[in-house]
Parts: sequence; C-alpha cells; structure tokens
Amino acid sequence: MIDLHGYGPRLAEGALITVELAVLSLVLAILLGLITASAKMSRSRTAHAIGTLYTTIIRGVPDLVLMMLLFFGGQIGINAITDQLYARFGWDIFINVNEFVAGVITIGLIFGAYMGETFRGAFLAVDSGQIEAGRAYGMGPWLVFRRIRFPQMMRHAIPGLSNNWMVLLKTTALVSVIGLSDMVRVAAEASKATREPFTFMIIVAAVYLLIASVSEWAFARLQKRYDVGFGEVK
Amino acid sequence: MAETPIPLEVRNITKRFGDTEVLKGLSLEAHKGDVITLIGASGSGKSTFLRCMNLLEQPDEGDLIVHGETIRFKETKHGREPADWKQVVRMRARLSMVFQNFNLWAHMTLLENIIEAPVHVLGKPKKEAIEHARALLERVGLTERADAYPAQMSGGQQQRGAIARALAMDPEVMLFDEPTSALDPELVGDVLKVMRDLADEGRTMILVTHEMAFARDVSSQVIYLHQGVIEESGPPEAVFDNPRSERLKQFLAPKH
Amino acid sequence: MEALTSRLEALLADNSIFTLQTLGYYGEGLVTTVQLVFLSLVIGLVAAVPLAIGRGSRHRWISLPIFLYCYVFRGTPLLVQLYLIYYGVVFVEGIQDTWLWVILEKPFVPALIAFTLNTAAYTTEIFRGAIKATARGEIEAARAYGMSDRLMLRRIVLPSAFRRALPAYGNEVIFMLHASAIASVVTIMDLTGAARFVYARFYAPFDAFLFVAAIYLCLTFAILYFFRWLERRLLAHLKPAGG
Repeated sequence: MIDLHGYGPRLAEGALITVELAVLSLVLAILLGLITASAKMSRSRTAHAIGTLYTTIIRGVPDLVLMMLLFFGGQIGINAITDQLYARFGWDIFINVNEFVAGVITIGLIFGAYMGETFRGAFLAVDSGQIEAGRAYGMGPWLVFRRIRFPQMMRHAIPGLSNNWMVLLKTTALVSVIGLSDMVRVAAEASKATREPFTFMIIVAAVYLLIASVSEWAFARLQKRYDVGFGEVK
Repeated sequence: MAETPIPLEVRNITKRFGDTEVLKGLSLEAHKGDVITLIGASGSGKSTFLRCMNLLEQPDEGDLIVHGETIRFKETKHGREPADWKQVVRMRARLSMVFQNFNLWAHMTLLENIIEAPVHVLGKPKKEAIEHARALLERVGLTERADAYPAQMSGGQQQRGAIARALAMDPEVMLFDEPTSALDPELVGDVLKVMRDLADEGRTMILVTHEMAFARDVSSQVIYLHQGVIEESGPPEAVFDNPRSERLKQFLAPKH
Repeated sequence: MEALTSRLEALLADNSIFTLQTLGYYGEGLVTTVQLVFLSLVIGLVAAVPLAIGRGSRHRWISLPIFLYCYVFRGTPLLVQLYLIYYGVVFVEGIQDTWLWVILEKPFVPALIAFTLNTAAYTTEIFRGAIKATARGEIEAARAYGMSDRLMLRRIVLPSAFRRALPAYGNEVIFMLHASAIASVVTIMDLTGAARFVYARFYAPFDAFLFVAAIYLCLTFAILYFFRWLERRLLAHLKPAGG
C-alpha cells in the first residue's frame, strides 16, 4: 500500500474542492460566455466594443496574474466601496473575499471570454434558414432562441465547450497559489513535509486524468444527443 | 523489337477489396507510341486498373513488367506487397501519372512542383531541371504562371501544370486518370489539346476517360471494361463503330 | 542615456511605487520570462518533430509511449508537473553534495525542464494533427513520382504540415508565455515574480499587477502579430487567386 502519512483525508477534501470549483466556474463561464457572444453579435456598437475589450484583455494576460489581481486587488476594492457606503449612508457592511469565491469568480471570468468565442462561432454556424423558418411559423425571438437556435448551436459548441472545460479543469490548480486548499496545495504541502513529492504529485495527476477521462466520455454522449438528425455525415 | 524492351506489360492482374473482386485477371501491353484508352461505366474497375500499374493499389495477383524488369512481390500479413521498394521507386520514375484532381503539391509554386521529382528523385541538377521546366511550361501555355501556387490557378491551368510535371520526368509511359473529369466544361478543351499534342508526338500513354470523341481520335487501342473484366478491346474504329457485345452497345448509346 | 535616466526619474518623482529600482525588477523579470519561454519553446519544438512522426508510427512500441506521454502531460496541470520536477529534484537523496547541485539549486532548470516537457507534448499533438491532415492526393502524387517514404516526409509532408500547424502553434506560444507565470510559484523572479514582489512590498495590488498585465498584453500582441505576418508569408499558397 502507498503510505500517505495521514494526508489521505485532506487530499480527498482537496479533490472535492477542485471538482466543486471547476463545476461552479464552468457554470459562471457559460453564463458569461452566452452574454459575451450576444454582445459581440449585437448591433449595438457599445456592447460589441465591451465584448471585444473583455475577450481581448482576458486572453492577453496570464490566468495567474488575473487571479492575483482579482484576489488581492478585489479585497482592497471591496473595502474601499464598503468604506464609502459607511461614510455616506452609514451602512456598516463587511465583505470578506474568501478564496473559494474569488477562485470561482476569477476562473469564471477568464473562461467566460473563451466560452464567448466558442458560442459566437457556434451561433454563426447555425443556418439562417432555420431561424427564418421559426419566424415564419410565428415564433417570437425568445422561442426561436430556446427551441431552435440554442439546440442547434449546442451541436457546434460542444467540441469547443469540451476543450474549454479540459483547460479550465487544469487552471483550477492555480488557486492553490492564492491559498485555497485544493488537492494541488495539499499535495505540495505533503511533498514538502514528507519529502516524497512523487507519491503525492502522481496521485494528484492521476485524479486529474481520471476527471478528464470521465468528462471526455460525458461530452461524447452529449455530442451524440445534439447530433440527432445530423448523423449521416461521419 | 528485342533490343528495346516493352515499356509496360501487365499480366493477369486481380484485385480484391474485402470480399469483392474488382479486377479479374486483366492484361495489357503498352508498346512504344501506343495510346491505350480504358473506357467503362463507373465501378467497372478502370481507375483501379490504372492505379495498379504504378502500384498505388497493390494487385493481389499478376505481374507487372516495366521496361523488361519484373516487379518482385512478397506475401506479408497485410497481403501482397512489393519485395523491393527501391525497385518500385525506380519503376514509378519511369511511369508518371496525371490525376483527376491534379494533386499538385499545395505548398510549392508551379515551377517548384515541376522540378521537385526530377531533382529529388532522379537527381537532376537543379539548373537543368528549371530550364527543362520552363520549356515545358511554354509547351502547355503556362509560362507566366510559373511562380503561382496551385490554389491561385484555375482547374484547367492546374491540370496543364500537372501534365508539365509529369513530362518533366521524361517518362516512358504516361498514365492519365480521368484528367478532365474534375474540370468545368469550358476548360476541358485546353487540356485535351495538350494531350492530343503528346499523342501526336508519339508518347506512350494509357488513359482513363469519359471523353469518347477524344478517345476515338487519339487512341491506338481502346479497352472496354465491365465489372473487372475486359469485355471488348481493339482499334477505336472497331470498338466504337462495330461494338460486338450488347453491354458495350448500351454503354455507347447516346443517352446518358 | 544620462538624459533619459534623469527624464525618467523626473517622470517618476511623485510616484512611490514605480521607482527606477522596481522598474529594474520588472526588467529583470522580463528577461527571465523571455529566456524561460524561448528556451522551452525551442527545445520543445525540436523534440516535437520526431515525436509527432513517431506518434503516427505503425509500430505500437513506438507510438504508444509517445501517446501516453502526450496524454499525461496534456491532461494534468503544468503546476503539478512543475512541483513534481522541482520537488522531485530537490529531494533526491544526496543531490546537494554533487556537482549537479550548482545548476539544480536554482529553480530555473527544473522549471525549464517542466515547461519543455509540457510544450513538447502539446506541440507533438499539433504537428501530428497537421501531418494527418496532409491531402491524400498530394501523398499519392509523391508516391506516383517515385518518392521514397523518407523523401516524401522531408519534401512534401513536413513542409506543408509545418505551414498548416502555424496558427495552432502561435496559440501554443502565447499559451506558454501565459503559463510561464507560474514560475514565480517556485521563487523564480520572472515578470509575475517581480509583480508579486512589488505587491508584497508596497501592498499595492492594482499597480503591481495591472502594470505586469499590460506588459503581458504587449508581449501577447507582439507574438500574435508576428505569427499573423508569418502566416501571410508562408500560407500565401492557400489563398485563392487575386489575394
């Protein structure tokens, strides 16, 4: 048996944090991605400019730098706001940026930009005749979006979505640097304490590979679902 | 006859894809100056037959004799394969092929396409190869397109360029695999004209084509294939004007 | 030079954070980042070519280990790879007493090894994809014109695959630049390391990190435009006439 020197339970907790962090960030990223895609495709120049600025900056700066900026800067920024609120309105609010929330927000914000590009490409790939047909049958814009554009877009978006998820999963490792006890941080601490880096790092690597393999399988199933009716091209 | 070996001899070629036998013992002899045309419906095996001649497809049985040299084969677990790839390389350098989809190398200019194999396969000096290439480009009417990339040329230009590439090898036999099938109708004429000139100057050619009028004009021998068998063969007048088999009559009937 | 320094000093006079000294840290950080990224990319690129060819080999004893290597290094975080190599080296029994320690003592070499192994794995997959995408017709033409497998690989397959891989490889270069920020985690004073140092010293996260973000943004754009220019030059052949 591998001797974990009592780090087993903490590693398991860390793995759970990794998964929670990744899933919540993904949800946020998808929401932001849909908003960004709409902004970039909208006729409003301002929305388009904001969307472009967001994706350009996020994709031009390292994840770790963004994370530190938001985490270290975020607390100072929030304190400044709450101070103002106290001084002007007498509201006494204290918000403490916790590492987990900061992690979810940062990773969600970063991958929102990538998702935005994925969704934009996927929306553009939907045949406009499909949408016209929906309109011709009296569907409103929301109904067209929900029943026609979204399901057809998803078929084109899944490869990019799956790719973004794989990268996102690995990016969660960075939160260990800002102090969140995910499995990488636990493994790093254990490596230093026990002087057995191989044991712990290889376990962590194996868990990442396991999650990646399971998600690959899940995305393949999802793709199958959205490919219904398009099956003949193989 | 004995002093100059026959450029290409094919004996009893059979080819199977899985369980279906697509070529059932085909033979032909291409003597110097012959223009042999393979005709037949799609699926008759004519392109496969042509591709077996330079081993782009491996025949399951039969012999290939190029310039008097018999290609040696060996049995492997993947099926029959040439025993000596050096020999194959040598024989392919004697036969050059013109493809339906041109298959010019996309990352090279037309001129680079033409000198590529002469320089790197035949070991010709580059300067000489370029001179030869320029002369060939003039022949096919593409002098001013020497530095264009394939994607920048029309299909007809690409195919004429591909013919120049084939000629640059000084081949003993030229193989044409439906050279005009992928072209817009108005571009077919230029390519056929180049091919007719080649036939007139006594090149040995084997071609697969759907251009019946052209085949009748230039061929010394026409072979009609049906389901992997040579159904009829002979000089063009005989095959086109007096078809003996019912199938060939139907195939030639002007309705499809 | 003198004049420039004094002008700069005047410009920075009423600024307590961006002194010549801190700018010096950023400058050194920039050099370290560029060294680390450039070296790992070059070594990784050279290694990736034979690996990509081997990855497509018919022999499983060649292709399988390469597949596993790529799978593991692409499937796990670079940070884990860095920790594994960094701590793995440090904790080797008795390594402190050997001559190797002179180089390995500094975290630069373990980081370089980790980054190189990582980018080589990604680049291998990029090349493999590009090689697989070679048009069948072009390969047939090469065979028909008597090229041996070797010659075909050298003259037809690789040159066109390199060009096709260019856009994806440009992304990989940017990815490596961004990923290199984690070098600061193992105490390397790269760009991010300099920013962390300035942050810790002045407790000024916005100044420290926004400044370094701007530098990264500039580097990213420089790489982006370089690759666009390269693509225009090398991918001209894929553009239809008139372009």
